[in-house]
Amino acid sequence: MKRMNMKRVSAGDHLTNLLFYVLLGVFVVLCFYPIWYVLVASISDPTYVNSGALITLPRGVHFTAYKYAFDQPQLWIGYGNTLCYTFFGTLFGLCVCIPCGYALSRRDLPFRGIIMGILVFTMYFSGGLIPTYVVINTLNLVNTRILLIILGSVSVYNIVLIRTFCQSSIPEELREAASIDGCSNTRFFFSIVLPLSKAILAVIALYIAVHHWNSYYNALVYTTDTRLQPLQLYLRQLLLINTGAEDLGDPDALKEMQQMIASIRYAVIVLSSLPIMCLYPFLQKYFVQGVMIGSIKS
Amino acid sequence: MQPSVKRKHRQQTIRRMIDNRALYLMILPAFLYILIFHYWPMYGVQIAFRNFNFADGITGSKWVGMKWFNYFFHSNNFSTLVRNTLILSFYDLLAGFPVPILLALIMNAVPSRRFRKVSQTITYLPHFISVIVLVGMMNSMFSVNSGWVSTIVRALGGTPTYIMGEAKYFRHVYVWSGVWQQMGWNSIIYLAALTSIDPGLHEAAMIDGAGKLRRIISIDLPGILPTMSIMLILRFGSIMSLGFDKVYSMQNALNYSVSEVLSTHIYKMGIQSTKYSYSAAVSLFNNVINFIMLVTVNRISGKLSGNSLW
Repeated sequence: MKRMNMKRVSAGDHLTNLLFYVLLGVFVVLCFYPIWYVLVASISDPTYVNSGALITLPRGVHFTAYKYAFDQPQLWIGYGNTLCYTFFGTLFGLCVCIPCGYALSRRDLPFRGIIMGILVFTMYFSGGLIPTYVVINTLNLVNTRILLIILGSVSVYNIVLIRTFCQSSIPEELREAASIDGCSNTRFFFSIVLPLSKAILAVIALYIAVHHWNSYYNALVYTTDTRLQPLQLYLRQLLLINTGAEDLGDPDALKEMQQMIASIRYAVIVLSSLPIMCLYPFLQKYFVQGVMIGSIKS
Repeated sequence: MQPSVKRKHRQQTIRRMIDNRALYLMILPAFLYILIFHYWPMYGVQIAFRNFNFADGITGSKWVGMKWFNYFFHSNNFSTLVRNTLILSFYDLLAGFPVPILLALIMNAVPSRRFRKVSQTITYLPHFISVIVLVGMMNSMFSVNSGWVSTIVRALGGTPTYIMGEAKYFRHVYVWSGVWQQMGWNSIIYLAALTSIDPGLHEAAMIDGAGKLRRIISIDLPGILPTMSIMLILRFGSIMSLGFDKVYSMQNALNYSVSEVLSTHIYKMGIQSTKYSYSAAVSLFNNVINFIMLVTVNRISGKLSGNSLW
C-alpha cells in the first residue's frame, strides 16, 4: 500500500517537492554562509579578505590572525572569566532551581500556589535597572565575581520548566510507594527524582551556560574593573568600539595591525564562538526538548 | 461543628507542612534569590518618587512625588523614545512572526529526512551567536570596502553604502538580522505542532486527489493555527519590553535619532549620567505599561482560546 502511494506521486507534486528543496536550500545557505564566511576568512590571506571577495573555501592557510589574537592578554582574561562565570553560574543555577522546581511540582505541598505566584509575578514586573543597581550596591556586590556568577543564573522561567517536567514525568504513585516504605523527601529527591530528571538537568544547564557565555549586560552595568570583564565585553571593545590597535606604539606594527584587523576580528569571533558551535550539534536534542517542555505550559 | 472542621483542616495542613519541611528547604534558596534580586528592587522603586542619593538611602532621600515623571513626560525625548520603541517592537513582531511558520511548513514538507535534519541543525545555529558577535559580523560584512555584501551589490550593478551607519536602515537591519537569527529556533514549536497533526488527514486527502500544496494549505496550516495564535498573542504582550543588548550594540552617533529607545535611555541616564531617580521613573513607566500589556493580552488570549499563562 505504501509503495503504491509512493508511485502515485503526481508530476505536480514532484514540482512542489523540487520547489521546497530549493526554498529550504536558500534558507540553509542564508543561515550558513555568514557563519562559514567568518570561519574561512579567519584563516585566509588578509589582503584577500580585505578585498571583500566572496570566499567559499580558504584562500591559503594563514594563522597569523590567530597569532595576533593569542597575543592579546585581554582575550585570555576574558576567556578565563567567562569560563569561570559560566561554570560556577551553571552549577549555582542548577543547585538552586532543580530542588525548587521539584518541590513546587508536588501537589500535596501546602501554599504551593502562593509561592508559585510570588515567583511568577517577577516574570511580569520588575523593579527596573536602577533600583536593582541600588540594591546590589547596598550589598557591596558591584565589581565582584560572585555577582556575575549568581546574577542571571536563577530564572523563574527555568523553575517553571523543571516543575512542568517533574509533574509530567515523575508519577505520584512512585512517591507514595516510596513514602510507605519510609523514604524521606530528601532521599526521594536524591535517589529517585534526580536520576529520572537527567534530561531536564541537561536542558537547564545548557540554557544557563549559553546565557552566561553570550551575555554582556550584567558585566557592562555592574563592573568597571577590566580584570573582571567577560569575553563578550572584550569582544565589544574589539568589534564595535575601536580597532584594538591604539596601544601599539611602533608605527610599523600599527600598519601591519591595520592590515590584519579584519582577519583578527574574524579569528576572535571564531575563538569566542567555538565552544558553543562545536558542542551544539551534539546537544541539539536537549535544546529542542527544552522548547517542547516550555510549550506544554503555554 | 463548622469551626471544629475548620480547625481540623488547619491542623492537617500544618501537619503536612511539618512532614514536608524538607520541600520548603528546597524552595528556600530560590525564594531568597527572588526576594533579594527581584522584590527588594521592587521596594526600591520608590526612588522614582524621591531625590535619591546613596548617602541617604532608599527611604532617607527626599520625597518629590511625581517630579521626575512630569519631567520625563514634558521632555523632548518622551515622544521620540516611545515612538522609537514602539516602531521597532511592532516591526520586529510583524516581520519575525511569519518567517518561522513558513520555514516549518517547508521543512515538514521536504521528503528527504536527512536533508530536513541537516537544515534544522544549520538554521538553529544562528540562535547561539551572541549579540556582540552578530553586530560585529554585520559591521564587517556590510563594510563598503571589505564586506562581501558590498561585493554582491557591486556585482549586481549597485553602489554599496555603509548601511550600519545610516539611520534610515537601522530598523531594517535590526529587525531582519533578528529574523535571520531566530527563524530556525522559533520554527521548532511549529514543527512540533505539525508532527502532531493526524497523518490520516493527509492520507484521506491524498486519496481524494489533493496535491501537496493543497494539503499544506488545507491541512497543515489550519493544524498549527492554535499554536500560531498563542505565539502571536505572546509577542504582543511583550511589545514594550524591547531588549537592550542588541539596540545598544548597534547604536552609533549616526543612527541615534531612531535607535535611542527606552531601555538604552534608562541605562544611559541611570548608569552613565547617574540621574538615578529620573532613570528609575522612566523604567517604572516602561514596566507599568509592560505589565498592563501582558495582563490585558493574557486576558484576551484566555477569553479567545482558553489559553492563558496563569
